Amino acid sequence: MSAETVEKAIEKKPAEELLSKRRKKLVTDPLVDDNPITIQVLGICSALAVTTQMKPTLVMAISVIFVVVMSNLVISLMRNTIPSRVRIIVQLAVVATLVTLVSEVLRAFAYDMYKELSVFIGLIITNCIVMGRLEAFALGNKPYDSVLDGFGSALGYSWIILTVAFFRELLGSGSVFGLPIYDTISGLFGPDFKLATNGLMVSPVGAFVILGLIIWVQRTKTGYVEH
Amino acid sequence: MELFNLGIRSIFIDNMIFAYFLGMCSFLAVSKKVSTAIGLGAAVIFVLTVTVPVNWLLNEYVLKEGALTWVSADLASIDLTFLRFIMFIAIIAAMVQLVEMVVEKFAPALYGALGIFLPLIAVNCAILGGSLFMAQRDYTIAESAVYGFGSGTGFCLAIVALAAIREKLKYSAVPNGLKGLGITMLLTGLMGIAFMSFMGIDL
Repeated sequence: MSAETVEKAIEKKPAEELLSKRRKKLVTDPLVDDNPITIQVLGICSALAVTTQMKPTLVMAISVIFVVVMSNLVISLMRNTIPSRVRIIVQLAVVATLVTLVSEVLRAFAYDMYKELSVFIGLIITNCIVMGRLEAFALGNKPYDSVLDGFGSALGYSWIILTVAFFRELLGSGSVFGLPIYDTISGLFGPDFKLATNGLMVSPVGAFVILGLIIWVQRTKTGYVEH
Repeated sequence: MELFNLGIRSIFIDNMIFAYFLGMCSFLAVSKKVSTAIGLGAAVIFVLTVTVPVNWLLNEYVLKEGALTWVSADLASIDLTFLRFIMFIAIIAAMVQLVEMVVEKFAPALYGALGIFLPLIAVNCAILGGSLFMAQRDYTIAESAVYGFGSGTGFCLAIVALAAIREKLKYSAVPNGLKGLGITMLLTGLMGIAFMSFMGIDL
């Protein structure tokens, strides 16, 4: 191809803006309309177990964002060289490597958090959101788009689990991010006044009920009906 | 007796679904009909009973700190635990493939029933979770076999029970926003409360 035709080709298809409308949609769609948890029913596995407190939930959310974005990037870069027959095992290897990285970093710099999250960091490997995005998007799209797509999906996942954690910590332990909200409020009304915490919220049952209610509210807003 | 207690505990008290939320994806997706739920449940029992002891061998003789001493005494200081995730998931994927081939060859009827579920199981959190818990809790090989079987049975019980409820649910008027996932989550919560009564059993 001569230089002239190359130039023509570039002229014909101007480079897409860094944040064009389509790309913005990649990030914003999974937040509400196509949320991985409430609409697509993915990644519930490891999400609920860590949501008794806000802090571990935040760590979990950051880890998932990192793993999804990076694995989308890596798989998207390799998408033309992976034979489709062995793609699942390649994806698992990439994801497992990234998760090992996250878990080693946590063990080195935040040992308490590492102990608290225990096996659930490892279970990011089998988080359906990661595999789902790799299969559905990264295998057929350019790296930059894949990064945005992964970021959007992980963000959609993060805000749901943070909301669940907010209610569970507030109602179950009477605090937010470890700050004792209930104690402060009852302090205002004198020594005899005490707000009671609900032990059920700390148990797994609380997670199911809170998530069920969030799904109800969210689906009523978006008008999505499952058949 | 210890082993029996561990089995009961892993089925009812430390139930995969209600205590640890493992395998939720397939729990929610494949619980619309009792017959398919039984198929998936049986496949999970089968794969967990096989993979947990196999991963125990891998952990004990390759990955643990000082596990390689049986090769030579010089390797006593080597600690490969950071390879745990990648090795476990590789073993699980390979075992699932192997099990699928063996079942297809020797028990075609069983293959017909489990067939489509086996590949799906490789990425089920309950399977990897079972192996990770085994490693974390330092089970012996007998304990890990019992634990694998018990937690698989717990999962099977839970998914069959939910499928039975959801089949009946077809005839009820559920609010639009709650249809499908929403009502299933609330149902699971209620079933979780029922399973909490097992916590009082002292084993």
